[in-house]
Amino acid sequence: MSSLQNKHTLKFLTAGSVDDGKSTLIGRLLLDSKAILADQLSGIQHKLADDESYDLAKLTDGLQAEREQGITIDVAYRYFTTPERKFIIADAPGHEQYTRNMVTAASSSDAAVILVDVTKLNWEDEVVDLLPQTRRHTLLAHLLKVPSILFAINKLDAIKDPDTAFINVKNALEKFISQANVTITNIIPISALKGLNITTRNADKHGNILCEKVYQGPSLLEALTALPSHVTSNTQEFHFPVQFVQKLEEAHDGSSTQHGRRIFWGRIAAGNVKIGDHLTVQSSGAKAKVSKIFANALQEELQEAATGQSVGLILDQEIDVSRGDWLIASTASVAGQKEAKATLAWLDDEPLVVGRAYWLKHGHRWIKTKVSAIEHHLNIHTLETEPAENLDKNSIGEVSLVLQQPIPVLPYNDAKDVGAAILVDTATNRTAGAVLFK
Amino acid sequence: MTSHSPNLYTPLSDLEEESIFIMREVAGSFERPALLFSGGKDSCVMLRLAEKAFGQGQFPFPLLMIDTGHNFPEVIEFRDRRAKEVKAKLIVRSVEDSMKRGTVRLSHPLESRNPHQSVTLLESIEEFRFDALLGGARRDEEKARAKERIFSHRDSFGQWQPKAQRPELWNIFNTRILPDENFRVFPISNWTEFDVWKYIEQEEIPLPNLYYAHQRQVIPRKGLLVPVTDVTPVQEGENIETRTVRFRTVGDMTCTCPIESDAANASDIVKETAAVTISERGATRMDDQTSEASMEKRKLEGYF
Repeated sequence: MSSLQNKHTLKFLTAGSVDDGKSTLIGRLLLDSKAILADQLSGIQHKLADDESYDLAKLTDGLQAEREQGITIDVAYRYFTTPERKFIIADAPGHEQYTRNMVTAASSSDAAVILVDVTKLNWEDEVVDLLPQTRRHTLLAHLLKVPSILFAINKLDAIKDPDTAFINVKNALEKFISQANVTITNIIPISALKGLNITTRNADKHGNILCEKVYQGPSLLEALTALPSHVTSNTQEFHFPVQFVQKLEEAHDGSSTQHGRRIFWGRIAAGNVKIGDHLTVQSSGAKAKVSKIFANALQEELQEAATGQSVGLILDQEIDVSRGDWLIASTASVAGQKEAKATLAWLDDEPLVVGRAYWLKHGHRWIKTKVSAIEHHLNIHTLETEPAENLDKNSIGEVSLVLQQPIPVLPYNDAKDVGAAILVDTATNRTAGAVLFK
Repeated sequence: MTSHSPNLYTPLSDLEEESIFIMREVAGSFERPALLFSGGKDSCVMLRLAEKAFGQGQFPFPLLMIDTGHNFPEVIEFRDRRAKEVKAKLIVRSVEDSMKRGTVRLSHPLESRNPHQSVTLLESIEEFRFDALLGGARRDEEKARAKERIFSHRDSFGQWQPKAQRPELWNIFNTRILPDENFRVFPISNWTEFDVWKYIEQEEIPLPNLYYAHQRQVIPRKGLLVPVTDVTPVQEGENIETRTVRFRTVGDMTCTCPIESDAANASDIVKETAAVTISERGATRMDDQTSEASMEKRKLEGYF
């Protein structure tokens, strides 16, 4: 038990289309982990007192507008906690705006659970044809570098030969991911409706364990509990976006001045830092050494800090640093780029206009940018490139960007927090695009 | 529901880090932010997070409270004392002043003033030209909140538009606004009631005494225990009883009810919360029971 105390919160998204049983699965996880309280349950208990008759999907329909239309309009967040871990579910609706919702949910998720509805497949055949949305959800999760991807083969209670179905669908999934070069964590047989293999490898009311002969792995919740959720970056070079600059009150004896009077707060985007490290300011090029590291403003001092931690740095010299600047290990290249290639997921209703200026936010810095060319369109069912003239809502392209000022980007695949940016429409202020630098 | 263990693992350091990051983003992004501080437990957690983000006496924003005039006196006294202790500037604006101006009209004198806070809040935003308000709302409280962004954009009428929310990607928040628009920002969105109590216990955060078990005169009504106050008088045929109770929320007196409990400190409440079977708003808020969609409606009108 004590080893589990170090586990971080796991944020995972659930992807699936209407009728795949996604809302039922979420309702089931909340119900079985006792996150649903009695008054909330009474709202969905209109049929029988039998557990299976709860309309589990109703638990996740948040807004009146959605209940009236019987749809889910946006990403919703749900919480449950087990004795071992805290979980956050990002519930991304699959039927419309799927790219926008999937990209949003995937950008900050540690894992993706992709639901596969076995009743929609030719599971009796040895070669099963996967649905387009299964490919799409998997490839989007892969593109956004969600660290763990799990398939949950659902509704196995509803067909007459679950063992055969599991094997055939599993083979099809494995063939697909190997062709697409995607690494996945688990393929798990479940029934969200009956609550089978969700929290434990349990037996149904006839004493049967789902796919007992052909599956010996963990339940869905056991698999999720075991997943890593560390903020990692492939680069070792320290990258720190300055979020907030605070002037320290000068002590009467002048003691605070010996370390400089300003403290630079931010969250470490890549690499580690320790006292004495040499840093360079991007974009001024000024250099200084780290003299103090604070965990928080109540003056808790640290000797070193790592990726993902928010800290305050005091430098040994008074140099010009503002919000939006980056402090970068002096051993790294800090020149920055004025042109960049990127994958761009377009989220706005209005299509991208090549040559038009947009706001770009990278770290804590806002600059103007223009897309100078759309190189390709990315087919989200295959990730293959296709020639493209424009980029519409919910489509993804490879583009060339011209930047107003040089910014220190790293490839998204190496360090998410240094390789990601958002595009914002300068007229409407809507978030128009998600940028993944190459 | 005894299967809930009081030792549920809750990674408070993750939650704390995220909340502090959001507060600093607000301080760095906006010209005139404020932190909504009612003296309630969630806003007391927010105050501690602000201390860790910026240090005592160094908040880059004032505290703002919208007073319905029906707040518990203990909470008002506590609010003023805490603001002084952390050396923060406190601004109080009252629904009664809006009533005098005629911008709030009640349908009857004892009507709950809770929904009318929206009017006074919007008037305060106009008066001080606040461009961002930090609030202690959590997504686990209510269905409409579960769909709201951490940085929630409000138009020039203070309205929330659920269908036009900006996607939130990574931790890169789109904070751009037009003149007269503002943001409501919720740094503890991802906390649950249980997390809040664990944090209060861990950090020894001071709270108004109402949160802990005490003897109080109450009227059992519609499954709730209504506290006997000037604004919630006894109705015909009802009996006053003295019970040992505590409040789970301390909002407007006309719509906030205590629950029976012996929990005398934060650690007792952590144990009790782990075993609880009724949600926070279900047990204590008369206004949220009125309609399943009442929070969504209030948010559309400019509520927190």
